Amino acid sequence: MRVTQGCFSFLPDLTDEQITAQVQYCLNNGWAVNLEFTDDPHPRNTYWEMWGLPMFDLRDAAGVLMELNECRKVYGDRYIRMSAFDSSHGWESVRLSFIVNRPKDEPGFQLERHEAGGRNIRYTTKSYAVDRPEGGRYGGK
Amino acid sequence: MSSVAVSQTEAETPPPEQVDLRREFNEVGIGDVLDQLDRELIGLKPVKTRIREIASLLLIERIRKRMNLTSDVPTLHMSFTGNPGTGKTTVALRMANILHKLGFVRRGHVVSVTRDELVGQYIGHTAPKTKEILKKAMGGVLFIDEAYYLYRPDNERDYGQEAIEILLQVMESQREDLVVILAGYGDRMDKFFSSNPGFRSRIAHHIDFPDYADDELLAIAELMLRDMNYRFSPEAREAFVRYIELRKIQPMFSNARSIRNALDRMRLRQANRLVADLDRVLTADDIMSLEASDVLASRVFSK
Repeated sequence: MRVTQGCFSFLPDLTDEQITAQVQYCLNNGWAVNLEFTDDPHPRNTYWEMWGLPMFDLRDAAGVLMELNECRKVYGDRYIRMSAFDSSHGWESVRLSFIVNRPKDEPGFQLERHEAGGRNIRYTTKSYAVDRPEGGRYGGK
Repeated sequence: MSSVAVSQTEAETPPPEQVDLRREFNEVGIGDVLDQLDRELIGLKPVKTRIREIASLLLIERIRKRMNLTSDVPTLHMSFTGNPGTGKTTVALRMANILHKLGFVRRGHVVSVTRDELVGQYIGHTAPKTKEILKKAMGGVLFIDEAYYLYRPDNERDYGQEAIEILLQVMESQREDLVVILAGYGDRMDKFFSSNPGFRSRIAHHIDFPDYADDELLAIAELMLRDMNYRFSPEAREAFVRYIELRKIQPMFSNARSIRNALDRMRLRQANRLVADLDRVLTADDIMSLEASDVLASRVFSK
């Protein structure tokens, strides 16, 4: 099951050329672009790990692509996302975030029904990928 | 986005059979940049000739690309050698402009660095630092001033070597993204290149900046004064000609930079002279002109 988080996730995966154009759009707006990766695809997982520091003061997208390719070399079997942070007054938050790399095989989510007292049901979603320990998911190691 | 659009239209239209060279030349607008170079930089004949040659080559290369005769990106990395104050940084800025107009760099900004900004202070510090600078320079020109400091042969544990390796790798693999210009004094750069043959072979254009002649230095001084809205009185001009002769044979002479510093000191003396007489009514002419006494008070004449 394809994980759909962030911008463009219902589109086919962006090509490097398209990523470059998006990044250039962010840089032209003066946003700092940041790379993050994770192998826990749960939608409520906010703890993605940072690949280096957010990239401030860049003029051209080639620098970001260089980092992305480095990150893919190391964590190519995980989700990598790019986020653009707008530091201008009043915004001070992420303006754009999209997935730029995903595992070859995404096993999807299991819906668990927990029967609580009084015939209540509580629902839990759990990715099949997290059955294995971190780093070993998606066929890595 | 625009670059995507351009490549698509290029793919659709067949390559042109003929090209109007004059129109092409006017279209990219490098004529203005080259004229400006001629006008604003005094002397430096061999440098200007080389830059014209490179600009012509790049113009032709651009046309060849349009006609599908070539697909390679030419190697554009350069090395500027010459004594201090011969205009290396100024020319590097112009070069970035020319490369940008011809479309060989995408943004045309210059990131000027020295050893400090590339080399770290402890193990593992250098690579991120160098990469940070490289990322900033992407799409523009990376100008490394006094590049020979990167390599310190006397210290085998020096981290400079690490920075050199990363630089070389990017210079080779991302030629379309980045142009590197190395600058430094002639003899030390020669030594640097002989101990780092990888650099020499990756740099296509070696440009040597000659020292300025006396009359060129005078012309530079007058140009600088004009920009600051000052001028020499005729006597001051004569005195300055003698100043240049004397200053040149003294140690630590750094061409145009020394001239700039000398002018700054003369402005100081002029201001002091004017303030000394508070009762006087000044005209614009008084304030603008440097007198012979302002020049002759220099230390150079006392020796």
